[in-house]
Amino acid sequence: MMEQLWLIPALPLAGFVVNGVLGRRVSKAVVHTVAIGTVALSFLWVLKTLSALMPLETAHVERYGTWIASGSLEFALEFAVDRLTAVMLLVVTGVGLVIHIYSVGYMAHEGGYYRFFAFLNLFMFFMLTLVLANNFLLLFVGWEGVGLCSYLLIGFYFLRRSATTAGNKAFIVNRIGDFGFSLAMFLMVVTFGSLDFAKVFPAVEKMPVEAAAGVVTAICLLLFVGATGKSAQIPLYVWLPDAMEGPTPVSALIHAATMVTAGVYMIARSWPLFTHAPLAMDVVATIGLLTALVAATIGMTQFDIKKVFAYSTVSQLGYMILGVGVGAFGAGIFHLVTHAFFKALLFLGSGSVIHALSGEQDLRKMGGLRKHTPITFVTLVCAGVAIAGVPPFSGFFSKDEILLAAHHHHPWMYWIGALTAGITAFYVFRAIFLCFFGEYRGEGRPHESPPSMTIPLIVLAALSLGGGFLPVPHFLDPVFPAMEGQHESALVFVSVALGLAGIGVAAWFYVLRPGLADRVAASLGGLYRLVYNKYFVDEIYWAAVVRPVVGGSRTLLWRVMDAGVIDGIVNGIGGRARDAGRLVRLLQSGNIRSYATWVLLGSVFAIIGMGLAGGLR
Amino acid sequence: MSQYYTSTDHFVLIPALMLALFGCAVLLFDFLIFPHPKQRKWLIVFLIIGEIFTGAGLWRQQSFLSSYGLNELTAFNGTLTIDGFALFFNWLFVLLSVLVAIVSYRYLEIENEHHGEYYGLILLAQCGMFFMATGTDLITLFLGLELTALSFYVMVGFLRTQKRSNEAAMKYLLLGAFSSGLLVYGFSLFYGLSGSTKIVDVADALAAREPGDPLVVLAMAAVAVGVLFKVSAAPFHMWAPDAYEGAPTTITAFLATGSKAASFAFLMRIFLGPLESARPTWEPLLIGAAVLSLFIGNIAAVTQTNVKRLLAYSSISHAGYILLGLIAGNETGLIGVAVYVAVYAFMTLGAFLVLVALRRRDLIGEDIEDLAGLMESSPGYAVLMLIFMLSLAGIPPTAGFIGKYYILLALIQTGHYTLAVIAAVFVAVAIYYYFRIVRAMFVSERKETAPLASTFGIKVALAVSGVLTLGIGIYPDPFLRMAGFSLIR
Amino acid sequence: MAGVPLAWYLILSAILFALGIAGFLFRRNLITMFMSIELMLNAVNLSFVAFSYKFGRVDGQIFTFFVMVVAAAEAAVGLAIILAVFRTRKTLAVDEIDSLKY
Repeated sequence: MMEQLWLIPALPLAGFVVNGVLGRRVSKAVVHTVAIGTVALSFLWVLKTLSALMPLETAHVERYGTWIASGSLEFALEFAVDRLTAVMLLVVTGVGLVIHIYSVGYMAHEGGYYRFFAFLNLFMFFMLTLVLANNFLLLFVGWEGVGLCSYLLIGFYFLRRSATTAGNKAFIVNRIGDFGFSLAMFLMVVTFGSLDFAKVFPAVEKMPVEAAAGVVTAICLLLFVGATGKSAQIPLYVWLPDAMEGPTPVSALIHAATMVTAGVYMIARSWPLFTHAPLAMDVVATIGLLTALVAATIGMTQFDIKKVFAYSTVSQLGYMILGVGVGAFGAGIFHLVTHAFFKALLFLGSGSVIHALSGEQDLRKMGGLRKHTPITFVTLVCAGVAIAGVPPFSGFFSKDEILLAAHHHHPWMYWIGALTAGITAFYVFRAIFLCFFGEYRGEGRPHESPPSMTIPLIVLAALSLGGGFLPVPHFLDPVFPAMEGQHESALVFVSVALGLAGIGVAAWFYVLRPGLADRVAASLGGLYRLVYNKYFVDEIYWAAVVRPVVGGSRTLLWRVMDAGVIDGIVNGIGGRARDAGRLVRLLQSGNIRSYATWVLLGSVFAIIGMGLAGGLR
Repeated sequence: MSQYYTSTDHFVLIPALMLALFGCAVLLFDFLIFPHPKQRKWLIVFLIIGEIFTGAGLWRQQSFLSSYGLNELTAFNGTLTIDGFALFFNWLFVLLSVLVAIVSYRYLEIENEHHGEYYGLILLAQCGMFFMATGTDLITLFLGLELTALSFYVMVGFLRTQKRSNEAAMKYLLLGAFSSGLLVYGFSLFYGLSGSTKIVDVADALAAREPGDPLVVLAMAAVAVGVLFKVSAAPFHMWAPDAYEGAPTTITAFLATGSKAASFAFLMRIFLGPLESARPTWEPLLIGAAVLSLFIGNIAAVTQTNVKRLLAYSSISHAGYILLGLIAGNETGLIGVAVYVAVYAFMTLGAFLVLVALRRRDLIGEDIEDLAGLMESSPGYAVLMLIFMLSLAGIPPTAGFIGKYYILLALIQTGHYTLAVIAAVFVAVAIYYYFRIVRAMFVSERKETAPLASTFGIKVALAVSGVLTLGIGIYPDPFLRMAGFSLIR
Repeated sequence: MAGVPLAWYLILSAILFALGIAGFLFRRNLITMFMSIELMLNAVNLSFVAFSYKFGRVDGQIFTFFVMVVAAAEAAVGLAIILAVFRTRKTLAVDEIDSLKY
């Protein structure tokens, strides 16, 4: 039975084509109607498909043909839906739809309106291809495609130099990750002779769990390199904060809710591989936890509202990676879902604030906005309590499930995670308090955003508050291996207490005793500057990687390799070819009798050659 | 035997009949119905109707074959054979003829040579190509070859008042006639060896002979030279750069794609038919010709400044790649030949079409410099040209990569490692000169401000060739399956 | 006729063909070169007819007719092209017609 899954990505693609071709000539209303319409249809098609396929105990696979076949290696053009994909489809199309609607208001006064929506639709196409793919190669196509769209949208304001730089940074950093991914695919082809999920995973199941490092571990680690790029983990997280140069809806959709979670999805999807490589799992969990902590501490000190939330995204992605790393795949995906709600809301809310202040992003120039932008304020608080893990809101459920699984894995992981939860609560409410409480510190007249922006905020706020009651982990049970062992329910109170404490400290610092924060920062001196400057990671990368590479490529590569070897080869080939070319073209004298002579000489050679070849046999 | 014209004969012949009928009718209509030069555009519609009838005939043949599960359908006592091979190439010819016809009218108007014969000649040339791909008898093959060649002699010299055009026609004519003299001399010896003109009988007779038999060697050499001349493989390639450069650009496009594809169909019919048993004898000759084509085609292209001439040399080098597929000779290689021929036709056609659009009233638009800054003035054309250049250079994800991949794979499968390495090395050289064009378009300062001579026809044809070039690269499977049916069984 | 062995015809045909080739290579006048090609084709005809006679089958003679038709068509097209060349260049010397080269 065919459910025409291909329609799900094809609809946004159609939107991209229409807007890309005609967008320049038609009105803005037509552009966003097409863009939103196609995404809405795609969302409805997802709902229709899923309701038809429920309960979806096993994967539903649709094959549209052979994509590339050469020799024994065959790649099919196949889409598949199982419960994991179903969750992803709902998140991507649902949140995507909300953000498309929001963009109408946010981008109303921007140039390149049709370009923006066309790219956004193209992104939806690739993201949906990524989650629907039934083999690693098709997944990789989606993976590269979303990267391309992200690059295009980060550099959307291409006249701003920082935007193009940020785009380039994202592009280069992601290439490192993608290189790991492609190596992993190569290894899989060599090991399993296929890239199909349906062939690779059963083959792995038959292999013993690798206690020591082996080929599966290598594949997993390489896949994880890919994930660290896309999902902004240590050491490749540096591109994500800069990616905030893009328009805010892009930050919400691509750099918070969907694309950056592709790494988490990919690891969860390939759980049969990862569960066979405990060493790789440990690496994944440790990196995730470290990323969560480091990014959260940086988030405490930032003053650009979008940067705060960007580091928050990195930190929350760290949680998800921690979740899948300790084997709680369902919990990781659950957090992915709730995070999509509240982080999209945080970004859209901050976008609403920025819109209200006509482009101001500095928290120090905000304040007291709750009177001017009440809806934004209320919805942002909803997001805040959700991310801070206050029960019974969404973040509480998903985060605690990850933390409890981490505790089961290694207790120290729980404690660091819980501490991070406290820090998270602190920096989110720090931003909210700085923005909405106290006196207004900026110029200009703030105004509430239009309904096309506030309605999406309200929808997301409702989801952030109530999303925790979605039975996502239970729904995903058939997909993932069961977690063994009992959870220590008492620990729940610890993380909740830490979260509340974080909110309390933030309130004390920024509402009750304004100015105290600066004094604390001053007394911490060097430590504060270290964190404020993001541990100088960008600078270290610059000094340790970028400059040597750039400098090295200038001197060594350019002088020696490029000028000497590559130029030598290119110019050598080109130059020798040119020299030879001059000779060869002399043969082409233009005189027809010389041509005929060549034909005759060729024939004589042919006769002699063939006579010899025949005679030799 | 008692019936000379059976219904099967008729069924097989319909596409050729349609082409000949419409070809002659176009010549009549030209002065009976459309006497005014402005009306001649309508002949294109007439040509397309003719192609639709031809296509319908092909379609019926194809569905007949598939519904009865037949591999082939022979007619006229075995002189014509409709099989997957013939159908594959004939579909290609239909597509190429239509694309060439619809881009021509503006170009010919600019050259002041817009005559109705042009469209008639396209149809007649295609009629010849039909026999080149379908014929399984020396007579039909020879007639097809000559009909195609004669039409092309006229079309190459179509710009009567231009020195370059009629010089090109003269060279093509003299050398073409010379080489078909060699070819038909070889045919007469084949006939003498076998007592029959059917290629199956010739194959049997040759297989029964001693390998070193001088008469066999002489016959094979004469035929091989004639065929290699037609596909412009070195050292019999000399006519190609001159004819390509001098001919009207639309005809260059047709010559480089349609005629070349037909010549390869002809070559496959001959080499895989009567000559298959003598493979060890001709293999060294083909290897020599292929390597020499790669060398001369790629090396001579490097110094060219005229894009048409550059593409002519590039087409010589592509002939070398296609021959390598035949040399490998396994299933991958033979599918690779079909794939490469079609892919080559699409991308080369596209590249020439961009040149057609560059030809304006006061500008010939054939030099690399005329492409300078194209990205700025007409980004659409520049991006399409980029796709064609990437494809010609064999860079993924374009169709050209798929073609080269198949050829190289076949060479490796059959253990021709040295040839594979040589082929790969020349890919590197090729990148050098294709990127000269790319660099001119994207980096150089814009010099020419006159708008391109772009018409609806050119846009459609470019879109089709662009979509095919990119589409086959991204989603090759349907196309590969079609090419798979084209194997001669 | 019956007394003449096949080989003689073939040798005559080969000599004619070689003469045609030589004429094509060594003559400098377009018309003469063209006639040389006709000579080559007639050599082919001779060999076809000789083989046909030997086998007692007609297909070789049929081929001969087609070769003659083709030769006639080639002559028609060829002379037209030569005329066009002469109009633009006022010469029939092949060595002077070499503007397309390299």
